[in-house]
Amino acid sequence: MKSLAELEAIRNKAKGSVNLRKDDHAVRVVVGMATCGIAAGARPVMSAIMDEVAKRNLEHVAVTQTGCIGVCRLEPIVEVMVPGEEKVTYVKVDPKKAAEIVSEHIVNGRVVTKYTIGAAQ
Amino acid sequence: MREIALHILDIVQNSVVAGATEIGVDIREDIPKDTLTVVISDNGCGMSEEFLKKVVDPFTTKRTTRKVGLGIPLYKMAAENTGGHFDIQSEEGKGTVVTAVFGHSHIDRQPLGDMAETMLSLFTSYENIDFSYKHTVNQNEFEVDTKELKKVLGDIPFSAPDVYLWLSEFLKEGEDELYK
Repeated sequence: MKSLAELEAIRNKAKGSVNLRKDDHAVRVVVGMATCGIAAGARPVMSAIMDEVAKRNLEHVAVTQTGCIGVCRLEPIVEVMVPGEEKVTYVKVDPKKAAEIVSEHIVNGRVVTKYTIGAAQ
Repeated sequence: MREIALHILDIVQNSVVAGATEIGVDIREDIPKDTLTVVISDNGCGMSEEFLKKVVDPFTTKRTTRKVGLGIPLYKMAAENTGGHFDIQSEEGKGTVVTAVFGHSHIDRQPLGDMAETMLSLFTSYENIDFSYKHTVNQNEFEVDTKELKKVLGDIPFSAPDVYLWLSEFLKEGEDELYK
């Protein structure tokens, strides 16, 4: 069973190394989590993104939720905002695509064009 | 929605939008009484009596971009389809309590679903809100209060990779233990 003592150990280890997020340099990933997004499968998508970000130790990435983005038929929708670049909107995302977006777009800096809203319309 | 957990995730967003700083999610599975009860409470801005009366109507929403809001009507229907019932109490300036009771063994009851993933996504998305989560299955109980976790963590966020992975395992184990 996981214990709070373990969490304390993690904190002590992290204290020195965690680079407390400098928001101005952060990459932001936003997942649409209104009724439409949730019904279309946004929660496992969000979880896949968080898992991938944690496993790759991407401390400069902030993953957040938002409400309805406005094109419910294309949910789950994920927006990636890299400072200094145009916002990219990915549509009909699933957990597998989500992991690919993290590794290709955020880590390697290549937009995954085939999943973008532009490609879907 | 395929899971009750997804309804919960959806309804909690209303509390977030209402500016709540404390949100409670309490799930009670009582097999002898054949009920599954979900109580979501918050200290958000609450609703006026007038708005409360029409909030279960799908053509009611506070959203300004369109005229429908389906979260509450879908949730209410999910509970009522299982012989259960649904209730909202709210007071302006104090907060809101949303209660849904499902018939546990009813054929139309959705599975509870992945509560670990639901709570994890809420904890990490809204770090400045305190969540108290409690899930009981007959006598077994699993309780998480994010205030206590934050006390241990200090200024290290839930989204810090090691913390996130720990939290994910912690919630999964806690949920699994309930059914042993």
